[in-house]
Amino acid sequence: MRILKLLIRNAFRHKLRTGLTILGITIAILAFGMLRTMVSAWYAGVEASSANRLVIRNAISLVFPLPLAYKDKIRQVGGVTLVSWGNWFGGVYIEEKNFFPNFAVDPRSFLALYPEYIIPDLQRAAFLNDRKGAVAGKKIAEKFGWKVGDTVTLKGTIFPGNWEFTIRGIYRGKDRSVDETQFFFHWDYLNETMRKAFPRRADQAGYYIIGIANPNLAGEVSTTIDGTFKNSLAETLTETEKAFQMSFVSMTEAILVAIQLVSIVIIVIIMAVVANTMAMTARERIGEYAVFKTLGFGGWFIAGLIFGESLVISLTGTAIGIGLTFPVAAAFADYLGTFFPIFFVERETVYMDIAAGTLVGIVAALFPTWRAVRIRIADGLRRIG
Amino acid sequence: MKVPVSYSFRNLWTRRLTTILTASGMALVVFVFAAILMLAEGLQKTLVDTGSYDNVVLIRKGSQSEVQSGIERLQASVIETQPEVAAGAGGRKMLAKEVVVLISLPKRGTEKPSNVIIRGVSEESLAMRPQVKLVEGRMPRPSSSEIIAGESVSRRFTGAGIGETLRFGMRDWTVVGIFDAGSTGFSSEIWGDADQLMQAFRRPVYSSVIFKLRDASGFDAFKARVESDPRLTVEAKRETLFYADQSEMMAKFLRILGMSLTIIFSLGAVIGAMITMYAAVANRTAEIGTLRALGFQRRSILGAFLMEALLLGFIGGAAGLFFASFLQLLTISTLNFQTFSELAFSFTLTVEIVWQALLFSLVMGFVGGVLPALQASQMKIVDALRTS
Repeated sequence: MRILKLLIRNAFRHKLRTGLTILGITIAILAFGMLRTMVSAWYAGVEASSANRLVIRNAISLVFPLPLAYKDKIRQVGGVTLVSWGNWFGGVYIEEKNFFPNFAVDPRSFLALYPEYIIPDLQRAAFLNDRKGAVAGKKIAEKFGWKVGDTVTLKGTIFPGNWEFTIRGIYRGKDRSVDETQFFFHWDYLNETMRKAFPRRADQAGYYIIGIANPNLAGEVSTTIDGTFKNSLAETLTETEKAFQMSFVSMTEAILVAIQLVSIVIIVIIMAVVANTMAMTARERIGEYAVFKTLGFGGWFIAGLIFGESLVISLTGTAIGIGLTFPVAAAFADYLGTFFPIFFVERETVYMDIAAGTLVGIVAALFPTWRAVRIRIADGLRRIG
Repeated sequence: MKVPVSYSFRNLWTRRLTTILTASGMALVVFVFAAILMLAEGLQKTLVDTGSYDNVVLIRKGSQSEVQSGIERLQASVIETQPEVAAGAGGRKMLAKEVVVLISLPKRGTEKPSNVIIRGVSEESLAMRPQVKLVEGRMPRPSSSEIIAGESVSRRFTGAGIGETLRFGMRDWTVVGIFDAGSTGFSSEIWGDADQLMQAFRRPVYSSVIFKLRDASGFDAFKARVESDPRLTVEAKRETLFYADQSEMMAKFLRILGMSLTIIFSLGAVIGAMITMYAAVANRTAEIGTLRALGFQRRSILGAFLMEALLLGFIGGAAGLFFASFLQLLTISTLNFQTFSELAFSFTLTVEIVWQALLFSLVMGFVGGVLPALQASQMKIVDALRTS
């Protein structure tokens, strides 16, 4: 206990310098935490996917559709419990910067496949009964001030025209890993309109999502489905929802790697700053260390003093930084919700913060300790800071 | 009387460890600052070079990219007869009807798939894009299952090298040539015969129509007329603007991320410089007193310490730039959210960025050094001499 008091007293002997160093660590840990949270936000779709769902899409690429007729063939494959289909609609609400994901879905099978979207029963029934009805996530409904019964118009980008929908329900997620910024409407509405305007593009599903009884069957079911449609005009590619989401992440891997690198660089920068503080501290106190040695304290004791002081400084900064990460992340999530619909600080991030802070404290103390322990008493006493 | 610069320089030299630590902190910040500017510059250069000012792109109204767009054959013919279309060699119209789709290809090495743009071109396509040059092999023969691949695609994707084949649309397509399009978006594309691709993909409509203007200033009149033509549901854009719009979101994302990182990083580095300079002042109290007693004025002391901080910043800045310049060897390829396809671009260092980065490092040094330097210059001679 007395030692700890000594360490803290020592650390705050130079109030300004220590204060600045702690401030630096706070900023670095805050930035590190935010970057790590950004990385986990990138994987949000992967995290939210279920092992019981498979995604089927056109083997050429996502922009090619699959015939609606496939649904009956897929249903016959053993192990498949539910078949749902939909289209990425890509509609724009007023202007492009109001981006949110919107899909045309087959409502009944979709809601059965995604129990994590929670809609009050009355709203659910109203949505199922209204062909022009739509369901919006809680976050976008709040953002644009939509209420049940409101009319919303989306401008089609892939499917031309202005599309009117009535909000029949607002869903919330089962837990906070569920994206609450999406918008769903009836696939039949899309299909019937297309049949009138562009008959060539009717009866085409953008993708199928199927439910399987047993996740262990995923491989087998995928092979069977892809085999069924081999050498047809629209070959399929079936993969687990997780793999499907992962493919998006890996396409933007370069940015992800850059963010991860930068989060390490910031820790290295702060390491240099803290190491500098510790080097200066140790240099000034060489005389004191010599006195300690004269009194009979060993090298280990002096090493402990320096390491302890370094850790006191770095962990104080880390604690403040972690404390600030939460409100800053919340503000960030409000501001950049378009880019990152799911943005919250994970427990792992906090652990990594602590690990980084400790590492900074230890590394910063290494060189000064080496110098202080090695110095001969006579030299130490003679030396003037 | 001024304190000589060598005094400041030697002071830094005496405290080598501290100087190196502080300067390397700054170097890292300048490195990141320069890297972000270089990346933004590279992205911009890629997109500006992709388009030509006197080319016009027409896509379906409301669609944001060529992949989403669809233009019926009849509409394409209407556009072809417009008087603004330039005539090329042999009196042919400088106009290309193209079809653009995405295909998912596995990357070499990792086998992870990514989306690549495949462009069905017509005879005039190449003539209208002077940036695109065939570097290996030959052009595809008309009405054959032959394709040519952009240099960046052929390097990074399995099956896109010369002589290799890709399978899509129930056919095997042979890569017969590699084209180099410099640092433009076309380097990330595969080109083939438009009619063949339309058949293979069962897509009876074009994606876009591109033509060269007879007179570059005639665009506004053309746009107004074509967009109000009841037979057409198209939107006209200059090619330069078209490509700049396509990466607006990515550019914005890079800018926001980059600028917030730079600000945070520079705060850290300024704090580092401040600590160093405060320590330098504290350690040299007696020395400052002596200088003052010798007749150096407060202003000279201020100048000497500021000079020291600026030198520190400069060393950091120069080191950071030195390492950042190696980034030019790297090419970044990532998914463009708006077109949903791969785009490759590289870090580009310009003289302007060098100046900005050096200026930035000097500013960091100045901000870190100004308070300690003021403190040094405010010392009273007697007090300063009394401390040992």
